[in-house]
Amino acid sequence: MTQPSDKRSVPNADNGLKLNRRTMLAGSAATIAVAALSGAATAEPAPGLSDARDPLVRSPGGLGAARPRRDGPLKVRGEARFAAEHTFPGMVYGALVFSTIARGTIRAIDTEAAQAAPGVVFIMTHENAPQLAPPEPFYSSPTGMAGSSLPVMQDASVHWNGQPVAVVLAATQEEADHAASLVSVAYDAADAVTSFEAATAGAEVAKYAGRDLQYVAGDAEAALAEAAVSVDLEFSTPRQNHNQIEPHAVTVAWQDGILRMHDCTQGVDLSAITIAKVFGIAPSDVHLTAEFVGGGLGGKTLWQYHILAAAAARLAERPVRMTLSREGVYRICGGRAPTRQRIALGAGSDGRLTALIHTGTTVKIAHNAMTEPFIDASEHMYRADAMHLEVRVGTMDMLANTFMRAPGSAVGTFPLETALDELAEKLGIDPVELRIRNEPDKDPTTGKAFSQRAVVEAYREGARRFGWQRRSGKRLGRREGEWLVGTGMASAYYPYKRFPGGAARITLTSDGKALVEVAAAEMGMGTSTATAAVAAERLGLAYEDVDVRYGDNTLPGSLIAAGSQQTAAIGASLTAAHAALVAELAALVPEGAALHGQPAEALTTLDRSLVLAANPAERISFADLLARSGRTSISAEAKAPPPAEAKEWSMHSTGAVFCEVKVNAITGELRISRISGVYDCGRILNEKLAASQFRGGIIMSLSMAMMENTHFDERNGRIMNPSLAAYYMPAHLDVPEIDVAWTGIPDPHAPTGARGIGEIGMNGPSAAVANAIYDATGQRIRDLPITLDKLM
Amino acid sequence: MRPFAYSKATSEPDAIARGGETATKFLGAGTNLVDLMREGVEVPAALVDVTGLSGSIEETDNGGLMIGAAASNTAVAESAAVRERYPALTRAILSGASAQIRNMATVGGNILQRTRCTYFYDLEGSRCNKRRPGEGCDAIDGFNRGHGILGVSQDCIATHPSDMCVALAAFDALVHLAGPGGRRIVPLADLHRLPGDTPDVETVLAPGELITSVELPAAPVDARSTYRKVRDRASYAFALVSVAAVLRVTDGRIAEVRIALGGVAPKPWRTREAEDALVGATPGETAFVRAADIALSGATTRPGNAFKPELMHRTIVAVLQDLAGASE
Repeated sequence: MTQPSDKRSVPNADNGLKLNRRTMLAGSAATIAVAALSGAATAEPAPGLSDARDPLVRSPGGLGAARPRRDGPLKVRGEARFAAEHTFPGMVYGALVFSTIARGTIRAIDTEAAQAAPGVVFIMTHENAPQLAPPEPFYSSPTGMAGSSLPVMQDASVHWNGQPVAVVLAATQEEADHAASLVSVAYDAADAVTSFEAATAGAEVAKYAGRDLQYVAGDAEAALAEAAVSVDLEFSTPRQNHNQIEPHAVTVAWQDGILRMHDCTQGVDLSAITIAKVFGIAPSDVHLTAEFVGGGLGGKTLWQYHILAAAAARLAERPVRMTLSREGVYRICGGRAPTRQRIALGAGSDGRLTALIHTGTTVKIAHNAMTEPFIDASEHMYRADAMHLEVRVGTMDMLANTFMRAPGSAVGTFPLETALDELAEKLGIDPVELRIRNEPDKDPTTGKAFSQRAVVEAYREGARRFGWQRRSGKRLGRREGEWLVGTGMASAYYPYKRFPGGAARITLTSDGKALVEVAAAEMGMGTSTATAAVAAERLGLAYEDVDVRYGDNTLPGSLIAAGSQQTAAIGASLTAAHAALVAELAALVPEGAALHGQPAEALTTLDRSLVLAANPAERISFADLLARSGRTSISAEAKAPPPAEAKEWSMHSTGAVFCEVKVNAITGELRISRISGVYDCGRILNEKLAASQFRGGIIMSLSMAMMENTHFDERNGRIMNPSLAAYYMPAHLDVPEIDVAWTGIPDPHAPTGARGIGEIGMNGPSAAVANAIYDATGQRIRDLPITLDKLM
Repeated sequence: MRPFAYSKATSEPDAIARGGETATKFLGAGTNLVDLMREGVEVPAALVDVTGLSGSIEETDNGGLMIGAAASNTAVAESAAVRERYPALTRAILSGASAQIRNMATVGGNILQRTRCTYFYDLEGSRCNKRRPGEGCDAIDGFNRGHGILGVSQDCIATHPSDMCVALAAFDALVHLAGPGGRRIVPLADLHRLPGDTPDVETVLAPGELITSVELPAAPVDARSTYRKVRDRASYAFALVSVAAVLRVTDGRIAEVRIALGGVAPKPWRTREAEDALVGATPGETAFVRAADIALSGATTRPGNAFKPELMHRTIVAVLQDLAGASE
């Protein structure tokens, strides 16, 4: 294994690592009673893995408290300024003209009428755009943040229906929009691949994050053929688009050679680096801030509008605000790709899986590195004697598909968890029991030990909370008037990730406060709130005394709010910065004072003091230290160690989802009447924020189950429902009260014991709904969304 | 949005004088018209705001109600007289849009709102015979889940999206018009035209003609009415199908029945043949199924809306059974 660079050890840390159950949350309605859990699967830590020795993993301190979001009051009062609410002197407004063909070339662009329109300042097309390097997409390089590598307005070629072909700058947004409507474009259309069938005819095994999306163990087809009981099923999931409450926007200015950007991005540093490369300038010549982001969900990365706004601003020598219309978001910012999947399960009569086959196809564009990795839950959730997992991908002429909350697993857990339900029915085994019988004792594909896994506890607690009725192959659905009522369950899964690049700076000041600085992003999930709590706990300060700066690429580190890993990445960065700070503080200890001569490794911080870890009574207060050394502040910055823990251990979050649905026997209308989710995600750092994350994910998954569907017209590759009126997501009446809970068992190998919670809510509910629909109606619906016509 | 002139009418004659100008449109709350202007689908040179004209709801001499065209949807839905005597109308209005939109939207504007066919809205990227007559229709072989199955043509399969109008049609509402040619009254069920080969012509309104009020004739005595809407989410969605029905049962026989269908046709769709077949029949599944069969006998579907005849059929039967059950 790779040894983390942070080799600090805490002498009195409990190496036996018996988890202190008091660290589990208690006293909350949304918390599992400690006594309800037993036998948490915890692995012995490897020597030298610093996080396994981290006292904060087991700290009974202030972590977990249901603190409100720090930015809540600002947002409620309308004082939080988002990307499109910043201004620069002399700023003009941008509007885009989008292509109406999927592939071909621009024969002519007539901008004369637009030029003459009131307020117009400048018009940019491929004929006058500056030379720009193609942007680096996410996963194509360590710093890539773009949705695609397509050159931006560099020639007359058109690559998707909706591509920007002209930028209009005007004195007001209304004038820019009006002038954009006057631009007339003539195209020479070329043959385009805009149907799923054509795109996947020659599909090949996909690569994702540097590996093939393929796993073969044994002869799964033979095992399936020989299985006592089996199911072999086809599923499909639709294309989806992002609908963040804040439409994408950027406000840019070129100031003395510096590109200044007020952005909405999930990764301030990576966005800055990526756009710097496009313009051939140093990343340090980009100053990008994104203090508030109105929802990210995977879609707030670097898209063409950023580059076009910056390019037009440079040519026009005017600051530019570019706010996409809702249609604009659908035209140029990607969403989730559609999939067709096969799941085949073979089992002995005892329910133990002998074959697990999960294969299928999806589409991407030729210019990105994003294939929906929909087999990831199948790789890690259940044991099976033989497995064949494979994602094949074809390319299509369309808007770049991209990351959308729980990429891969959101669409992959739906068929996996539905197929298990079908198998359970055939076997006559309760679906919960079937999952327990196939609970692996180590990672089924990598063979590694689990860092911590208590999904069985989640099943049992979820079943208890929900009032799950065990079943043995018979439906338990009942009728209430016109409504058919049924219940179903599914597992939830999401991988642990920690991207490299984390760093943090901590500054202690003589007034007893601390400032934490980290180039993290805040999309509304509570990053600054959680970061302040972790830092306070680690520093030995009150939560209120820790200030957090984030959302600025000039701050330390290169963090990204994606993959449910930013909290872990910040946690590791804080650990490293804290160690560096302790070393700085140790160097300040004057001769004759307590702790003088102690090595930094023996020291830590507690109660506003530097203390001897082995005997915290030996201490010197921060204030004393600073005063005696004649300083008003002390600062330390450090990088997080590489994510060795994820190489050493199988690290995943899991959960169990139970739901009740009602299907109208006359019309097929579907209502979700009850839902419970219990999650095993390591330590929970803030009950309130966590509950919101779980609930948000559950709602998004219900949306996937019930209604979300991009109308991509396969005749011309055009999205036909680019609006909140025509693209359905749940309204309040579609969402019941959502019950969430968690095991709260710390992961000894995750920074601060927490694995990440942003996406797992997305996985499980869609299958639980489908399974409940079967219980209610006897119908198996395997293509999403489950609209009423499929249930009539 | 293109530049346009705006003025607010101070009186009905003032509105009619202004509305006669070329490329002028009357503006209610703008909940649909302004959207269409933003999309460039509607490009009026001038708007005459008629929200200052009558929005009162008053009793008529013959026991009905006269509703000023500027009345908000909410005002109509909440009117005690409407709730008591025309409950299907309240239900229909409250099932539409959102509270915010209903608070703004006017009765006149609701009647004259345009289809939500997404190809109609896609000015730059799609063909639409309603927008540019003769260029073709991309909905017919495209996404047409929400589209019509009754009264549609080879040139257009768009639906009229209103809920309110379906209930108004069931109550035999009359639309009062005023224009340069004088005043006239048109039954609501006859106000909208079927598309035929001129889907761009959507109503019988003459140029410059203004809806001034909607008259509800006296509600049938002892009749029950309701509105049922079926859609893809629990609120804030247009109807896939909807039914407004009025039923009066006397001595075990259907004495009077009115059925209007929504979400399936280019206009609020009265089913008079089905109604005629029901009068005198014993209320019950047999009669209701037969009526639904008649109502849907002319249905034509596309792949995207092939489920609609069955869904409409079931909904008609369920609504009539519901009303018959309540009448017993």
